[in-house]
Amino acid sequence: MIETILSEIPRFFTWPNLVFLGEAAGRTLMLSVVGCLIGFTLGFVLACIRQTRNPWLAPLRVAAIAYTEIFRRIPFLVILFLVLFAIQVVAPNASLFAIALVSVTIVSTAFLSEIVRAGFDSVPRQQVEAAEVMNFSRWQIIHMIVAPQAWKVILPPGFAFMVMFIKDTALASQVGVVELTFTGKILSNRGFSATLTFGTILLAYFILSYPLTRLGRYLEIRLASPRH
Amino acid sequence: MAYTFQFGQAFIHLPYLLGGALLSLEIAFIAFWGGTVLGLFGAYTLVYGSRLLRSIVQGYVTFFTNTPAVVQIFFLFYALPEAGIMLSSFTAVTLGLVLNSAAYLADIQRAGFLSVRQTELDAAETLGMSRLQMLRYVIVPHIARTIYPPLSSFFIWLVLGSSIGALYGVEELTGRALNIATSNLRTIEIFLVVGGIYIVMTLAASLSLGLVGRHVFRVRGGLLR
Amino acid sequence: MPHLAIDGLNASYKNLKVLHDICLDVERSEVVSLIGPSGSGKSTLLRTLVGVNKPTSGKVTLAQRTLDYSSASSLKQARDSMAIVFQQYNLFQNMTVIGNVTIAPLKIKKWQRAEVEEHAHSLLQKVGLGHKLKAYPDELSGGQQQRVAIARALALKPQLLLLDEITSALDPELVGEVLDIIRGLARDGMTMLIVSHEMGFVREVSSRVVMMDQGRIVEIGTPQQIFDAPKETRTRDFTARVLSH
Ligand SMILES: Nc1ncnc2c1ncn2[C@@H]1O[C@H](COP(=O)(O)OP(=O)(O)O)[C@@H](O)[C@H]1O
Ligand SMILES: [Mg+2]
Repeated sequence: MIETILSEIPRFFTWPNLVFLGEAAGRTLMLSVVGCLIGFTLGFVLACIRQTRNPWLAPLRVAAIAYTEIFRRIPFLVILFLVLFAIQVVAPNASLFAIALVSVTIVSTAFLSEIVRAGFDSVPRQQVEAAEVMNFSRWQIIHMIVAPQAWKVILPPGFAFMVMFIKDTALASQVGVVELTFTGKILSNRGFSATLTFGTILLAYFILSYPLTRLGRYLEIRLASPRH
Repeated sequence: MAYTFQFGQAFIHLPYLLGGALLSLEIAFIAFWGGTVLGLFGAYTLVYGSRLLRSIVQGYVTFFTNTPAVVQIFFLFYALPEAGIMLSSFTAVTLGLVLNSAAYLADIQRAGFLSVRQTELDAAETLGMSRLQMLRYVIVPHIARTIYPPLSSFFIWLVLGSSIGALYGVEELTGRALNIATSNLRTIEIFLVVGGIYIVMTLAASLSLGLVGRHVFRVRGGLLR
Repeated sequence: MPHLAIDGLNASYKNLKVLHDICLDVERSEVVSLIGPSGSGKSTLLRTLVGVNKPTSGKVTLAQRTLDYSSASSLKQARDSMAIVFQQYNLFQNMTVIGNVTIAPLKIKKWQRAEVEEHAHSLLQKVGLGHKLKAYPDELSGGQQQRVAIARALALKPQLLLLDEITSALDPELVGEVLDIIRGLARDGMTMLIVSHEMGFVREVSSRVVMMDQGRIVEIGTPQQIFDAPKETRTRDFTARVLSH
């Protein structure tokens, strides 16, 4: 078995195959990074909505809370299928990548909004009260007082979530997005040893994820030190 | 754009889907306990093991936490046969999830061990307890309190994670949904119902785990996390 | 007409009723001090007046206008003319000393920058922090933070100033300085409601003293009445206990 794998290596690691893998890795990274960036923006909005106090906005607050609770409790795979089928009704020409991206965004919005909220909550309430008494608006409180202090608490877990999601995007292969995992299936179907292809794919994920994980740890330690 | 929902078509299949939900929980259970036991050895090694063993376990944890469970299972499912080992899809999925969980759970339990060292010392100084008493009244409750919340969230994560069984034809909740979807046009409704079942399932799990945590392990904080 | 009229004010935290039927008038340019044992509801009264805690019932009238704590615009208008210094200072940790003092006048009141800065400088000079303009709150001692909070409140040029135990975190040698500032304000005719344990100061600066216990007003009187001839035993016990050390 080892011999067959070894004999396949020169045929496997050809330039076209490496380019193919590289592009797939790029798509994997893109899915996670772009999806989480949009998800962060939307999650931030949800977290802001949850900060409001106006009784008229109560339905909006309930909706924001319901969104975060619901979409953290449905498997990414199920979301992916839902988006896949639903999008055929709404926009039949949507690309597979777009479908995967929408799915990542839906889920990451929920998780990241929870992370942003935890960050907001980390800012002592008394400062918010002081600002309220000085007639700061809800938005002024967030952008002048809460957000500038909360970002240090938000960034490390937010970044860690994005890195973690790199692995979850492997499921996008299921709807046919040619990211890393799908590439593995294609190469394996071309007759290469499954050990070689999936071993390589595992390694490729590791190469994407590990340095970013380390960077996340570093960020966490750096930001934990109290400096302005 | 004109889409009329027909949930009747999905609700007919509810008993079948609930059977799948049971299997999802089963997979999550096996993965959780298998991973906890393996992870306990891992955690013990990470804290008290020799240098060599430590780096082996650390390597295992680093590798498994930085690669997707799906691909790990692909590897088990397609690569192991090349070495003459055939696994059923259920075995491949549960084994993959056990190996994957072991890595995460080793990390969680390691944090528990580390948190004890300090309290252990403090407690030993203040009271004239025997080692057994200390274990019973100080160390175990302390570890439990520290690791219970992350363990509970990890279990919830596994309930959702068990859905990848569907990719290998395991008939857990998502797998059964796919089965129906291929023979039925009401796919959106079916997956909405399935999503609802996952929500109910994880909410029930969170709530009961939260209650147990609060009353048995004296974990503070909200019930839902 | 009193500047501030409190009539039958009740407030609670969740199920715990903390203020019971508080009635109190404060005339313009009057200094009224609240005294009483810890937990008697003094902070809660101030916090309720500025709307950080919502009253469960009662009527508050400020400058002839009845306040509606459930109406954002009414609250906004009332807050426009009051300022509070909280017991725990509550400075904005992400802003320097000068930032803390100038942000509300600049961004909320939208006053002229040059004037605001000049006023802020003179206030900080007055509280002895002219050399700390660029420092952040976590680089300051508790007493220094307390003085920044006072300057921040004064920078708003309030008609009514609420002060909650502003000397409790101060080093003894600074207490005098801060009390001097308050004395100066009293002389200049600032209307103030003060919570303090500095009985000597309360006696000297207050036009009236309010004794609180368990969420109720026990007794209201001039400093002489409260300290020298209290009617209530609770007042006598309390002042005796506090004055003895
Ligand atoms: N945030 C809070 N939540 C619940 N109870 C509180 C809170 N703040 C104060 N209390 C309670 O309200 C009562 C009055 O407190 P407070 O107004 O702070 O008293 P004082 O300022 O006179 O010491 C006390 O019994 C205190 O325990
Ligand atoms: Mg108080």
